[in-house]
Amino acid sequence: MTLPPAFFRRDAPMRTHSVLLPATVLLLGGPMLIRSDVVGAPAPGGTITGKVTYTGTPPKMKPIDMAKEPACAQAHAAAPVMTENVVTGPGNTLEWVVVYISAGDQGAAPATEPVRYDQKNCQYIPHVAAMDVNEALDVYNNDPHSHNIHPLARVNPEWNKSQPKGAPPIHTTWEKPEFIPVKCNIHPWMHGWFAVLTTPHFAVTGDNGTFTLAGLPPGKYTVTAWHEQFGTQSQDVTVTGSETKPVSFVFKATPY
Amino acid sequence: MTHATVAGAHGHAPPQGFLRKHVFSLDHKVIGKQYLDLALVAVCTGMVLSWLMRFHLAWPETPIPGLAKLSPNGAAGGVITPEYYLSLMTMHGTIMVFFVLTTAPFAGFGNYFLPIQVGAEDMAFPRINMMSFWVTLVAFLVLISAFVVGDGPPLSGWTAYAPLSAVGKDAGPGQGVGQTLWAVSITLFCVAQLLGALNFVTTTLDLRTKGMSLARMPYSTWAWFITSVIGLIAFAVLMPACILLILDRVAGTSFFIPAGLVISDRLQPHAGGSPLLWQHLFWFFGHPEVYIAILPGFGIISHILPVFARKPLLGPRVLIACLIAIAFLSYTVWGHHMFLSGMNPFSATLFSVPTLVITIPATIVTLLWIGTIYGARLRFTTPALFCLGFVSVFVSGGISGFFLAQPSIDTYLHGTYFVVGHFHFVMGVAAMFGIFAATYFWAPKMFGRMMNETLGKWHFWLTFIGVYCVFMPMHYLGLAGNVRRYSAFTDDYLKPLIPLHRFITIAALCTGAAQLIFLFNLIRSRFRGPQAPDNPWEATSLEWSTTSPPPFDNFGGRPPVVERGPNEYGIASGARGMDYAMQAAAAPVSAR
Amino acid sequence: MGKLFAVVVTIITVVSTAIFIAHTWWLPPDISAHGPAIDRQLSETMISSGVLFVLSQLALALFAWRFGDRKDGRRVKPFPGGATPMVVFAAVLVGAEILTLTLVGAKVWAGVFQTPSDPNSLQIDVQAEQFAFYFRYAGPDGRFGATHPELINEASENFFGLDPARDTSARDDIVVPTLTIPLNRPIALTLRAKDVNHAFYVPELRIQQDFVPGLTIPLHFTATQTGRYEIVCTQLCGLGHYNMRAYIEVLPQAQFDQWLKDKAAQQ
Repeated sequence: MTLPPAFFRRDAPMRTHSVLLPATVLLLGGPMLIRSDVVGAPAPGGTITGKVTYTGTPPKMKPIDMAKEPACAQAHAAAPVMTENVVTGPGNTLEWVVVYISAGDQGAAPATEPVRYDQKNCQYIPHVAAMDVNEALDVYNNDPHSHNIHPLARVNPEWNKSQPKGAPPIHTTWEKPEFIPVKCNIHPWMHGWFAVLTTPHFAVTGDNGTFTLAGLPPGKYTVTAWHEQFGTQSQDVTVTGSETKPVSFVFKATPY
Repeated sequence: MTHATVAGAHGHAPPQGFLRKHVFSLDHKVIGKQYLDLALVAVCTGMVLSWLMRFHLAWPETPIPGLAKLSPNGAAGGVITPEYYLSLMTMHGTIMVFFVLTTAPFAGFGNYFLPIQVGAEDMAFPRINMMSFWVTLVAFLVLISAFVVGDGPPLSGWTAYAPLSAVGKDAGPGQGVGQTLWAVSITLFCVAQLLGALNFVTTTLDLRTKGMSLARMPYSTWAWFITSVIGLIAFAVLMPACILLILDRVAGTSFFIPAGLVISDRLQPHAGGSPLLWQHLFWFFGHPEVYIAILPGFGIISHILPVFARKPLLGPRVLIACLIAIAFLSYTVWGHHMFLSGMNPFSATLFSVPTLVITIPATIVTLLWIGTIYGARLRFTTPALFCLGFVSVFVSGGISGFFLAQPSIDTYLHGTYFVVGHFHFVMGVAAMFGIFAATYFWAPKMFGRMMNETLGKWHFWLTFIGVYCVFMPMHYLGLAGNVRRYSAFTDDYLKPLIPLHRFITIAALCTGAAQLIFLFNLIRSRFRGPQAPDNPWEATSLEWSTTSPPPFDNFGGRPPVVERGPNEYGIASGARGMDYAMQAAAAPVSAR
Repeated sequence: MGKLFAVVVTIITVVSTAIFIAHTWWLPPDISAHGPAIDRQLSETMISSGVLFVLSQLALALFAWRFGDRKDGRRVKPFPGGATPMVVFAAVLVGAEILTLTLVGAKVWAGVFQTPSDPNSLQIDVQAEQFAFYFRYAGPDGRFGATHPELINEASENFFGLDPARDTSARDDIVVPTLTIPLNRPIALTLRAKDVNHAFYVPELRIQQDFVPGLTIPLHFTATQTGRYEIVCTQLCGLGHYNMRAYIEVLPQAQFDQWLKDKAAQQ
């Protein structure tokens, strides 16, 4: 199951005055009236939206030859998987960019659905998984052989764990914000990222390069775009009501 | 110096109190039994580890009941992970080589019987002797603690090649604290063995009783003496090697780590070291170590076989010369573990020469045993059966060494199950058979109680047939190119070999179960066996001239006077119709 | 009991020897130029050690059968000649066999490991890492780019740490996980380890060599049959050791040339 990047966004900041009304309703016996796990429920507030593109010549993505793991080599025999460190779309768009509010935000709301990270046909899906601190992360092995996932964390504790065929999923959380490169100790071509953030407002771009951060109360925000190869860029945006503010990021791409 | 010491000259007063008598004892007999008990715990642990390994190889996806509770990290859901398999393998090898094969035949039986066999009251340095045991015990506990600390036990094998063992936790699970604990444990073990070897050498040279010339020493004493000399040099090299390894791991040195290594996506902050240096240091110890493991067995078999053959050992002086030759040559062959290691290939040819030459004294001693039973009047007691079994398995194991000793053939067989079959035959089986023979033979003397013969024979037959079923097929696997130290067989050419692995696993589990017979027999006899006479086997050496068990000072204050060698069996005109003459008895006038 | 021992030992000896002779499990067919010499050395050792194995086990069995104590008061007999026949047999017969095997075997070994590679060899750079092999061909310019460990980036398949931005000779290097070679052509491998010890083993090629970090180790051979075979790691290198493999493809020269051209076009 592949989840589209636009899935990863949160819309419900916890601010004191906006808690009173739902809390009252809850206390008055309306537990079924509000479900905080309905994703995409429109929340009040402004929206920051935009596109991430690049100028210059990006490196060519290379096909990954999974010869040493025959089951995976066979699964991709018709269409080889390409490297994912720089994935572009039509119109010079950039995929797998994490766009998030890096300042001006009040903090993360605890999510109820765990973030799912799949190891399937010797690939990490999704390539970049964004999540909040202390948000549940479940790592699944869907392949008929072992993987050993190794998040190369430097701020959070570094660990690695084997999952033989049929092993139960790994349940874990991260305590501190960090962009964590992830590799498989057994299959050297498998690489991904955990973007652990302290804001519920984040998005990961798809191949159309677009992102939407919704439900923002009025205020001054810093929006940051992170790409694993081309670095980080930030812009300041002010939201005054429930308008939609356009923001775009342009990264400089180099072939090597 | 062949004089006997005056009773009490080096001695100590009889111990009082439970702790002094049974725990912190200076008595070499108690210390010997403590070593044997430690080895017993170690061998049970090591064997359980091997069962887990074999089960996983045969049925890699089948959960093992109960294992998930014991090892939630290593076996989530009861299925052993690749790294846990390697940790089990590392601990299995380390425990068996150090805490079983070096401890039981040498420290255990040697401590108990060497002083008695030379007619002394105790070892030369009883306090150092006691310290040797306790340091060994601490070493064992440090090693076992790797199971419960940090990232788990190390996974680099008992050989702990650098840089995998030297760079620290970047190298993988278990390579953090677990590997450091391993190195600390082995360092402590070396200290203990060096102290023990000092005791053996000094006691043999200085404390022999009157009439006990070197030529009249029993062959087991000779073997322990030669083994301790080997140990003095071998452990003296392993200890600094382990210290250097610890320094590389914790102090930022680079004895074994060159520059430019990228592990776990990190450029390692080391430069200038040599991984081959570790291999040279390790194997310079490691090859003599395997002779430390087997030489006491040679001595024990040479000691016990004549007793049950009722005839003298064939060629005792040739035997001693061969043991000395093997000991000397053992220092010249270590590179045969490194033919393909990247060292200069010309060295391989150089090392292969003494490796093949060692075949000659090894063949001679085997033929001496076979020649001893020619024309004998064999009594097929359990110790005798294990002696005969020893000869058979040693032939099997020695012959496979013949292949590995040649670099051209090792090009194909190195790193395969052929090697695993070879060393298990010579160490895991032959040396174990030596331990079994010694146990059944000397249990009456140590515990004052006889072990049960019927149970002993069942133990022998199930084990003898079982070990052949386990280890002979490994040679076939090796010829097919089956690589060793794999946690699973997923390669195309290995999958067809899995049925043979299943056969081996079933044989291993059955043979392991058969050891319960031995355990039951040993424990029950120790406390409730029938009383043993002083000399139930009609043997000649000095331990049979005293009570079962011996008194605190071995000979009741009357050091024996020796009038002949240990080989007087099959005498037609023995005193009182005996077909043998004890070392300490007065010799008949005609024999002078 | 002695008779039982003799029977058991005999059965074990006969059964295990028969399985060796029948080649029930045996080496795969050899596909290398130097392989026949190794196979001959192995056969010779099999025969001589087989004879020694069978004779000693059967002697043990025979004596255990015959020389049990039958309580008939007979005297024990020393072995005729005492220890001397043992010493002579071992020193002379075993010694002679050892000498022969050493002299012949040393030449076989030297032929593989102590001779330089053919100057006409196809040069291939091999890197072993936890837990895969990668092979590098020089590309049309015939030159290998320099490697820089700090530039290694597996996510972008830069396994060797090449610097194509600044090093033009690195740009056309061909890096693949499968060792593709032409038939009947001398191959010269250069073995380097990225992290810990590994080894290169192809049973059919009768070749094996450790990789040692910090060392650059040459290895050469010539494949004499086409096909696809497995390269496996035989030096314990960590948790993925069992899964560390690559395939070696031996292609006819023309097909290999085409493969190389196709790969060069992709760089």
